[in-house]
Amino acid sequence: MAPDPALPSSRTLKLALIGTLAGIFSGLFGVGGGTVIVPLLIFWFGYGERLATGTSLAAIVLIGLLGALAQGGLYGNVHLLTGLWLSIPAVVGVIAGTAIQQRISQRAVSLLFAALLIGIAIELIVR
Amino acid sequence: MNELAAIAIAIAGGLAGGLVGVGGGVLFVPALTIFLGLSQVEGESTSLLMIVIVALVGTIRQRAYGNVNLRDAAVIGVLSPLGVLIGVAVANEVSQRALELTFAALVLFVAYGLLRRAMTAPR
Repeated sequence: MAPDPALPSSRTLKLALIGTLAGIFSGLFGVGGGTVIVPLLIFWFGYGERLATGTSLAAIVLIGLLGALAQGGLYGNVHLLTGLWLSIPAVVGVIAGTAIQQRISQRAVSLLFAALLIGIAIELIVR
Repeated sequence: MNELAAIAIAIAGGLAGGLVGVGGGVLFVPALTIFLGLSQVEGESTSLLMIVIVALVGTIRQRAYGNVNLRDAAVIGVLSPLGVLIGVAVANEVSQRALELTFAALVLFVAYGLLRRAMTAPR
């Protein structure tokens, strides 16, 4: 197929839509953007599971930073010391999680993600 | 004891971040509110700080493994605040319960798609 000069912009539009949807859902439910970003990158862009989850994490860094800036009032509510010390075990977890992810099949990542989504659905229903 | 529980949940949140690419806030917020006594607003705000740190370290690791498209991530991230504004506006107009049930249905539909993918595309 000949390269279509319109493709990059339609790709950017889809990415923009993913960003907007991720924002909408986190604004509505407090569910993180990753829940939206990972499946849409897989289904709309044909990303493999590992690339989708890695790219999702990078987007979440930005979303989290922008969210904190946009809701500047929240700053007063951040317990800095508590957040920092509890981040230590969380960082240990994410380093282990990414290492484990490289050793399991992408299919297993899809299954884990589906399990997470079912858990979120149950939490939303019984809330 | 409560601190140990919070630490265990924080590790689980980080693991989830690494394994499936979410921020882990779903777990960080209860760790902060239930076990460390923060209020809901304090928990959500502090969780945001933890999410940024965890996602940053996770990104660095995934980048080393070759699993990050920085350009796509930047477009998604920069556009998300627009979505948050829309989300908040919608939340004020529509019943929260209706939204939760709609989202639950949507999430189950996506879970079904991922399960089908996992079953039919052996990789």
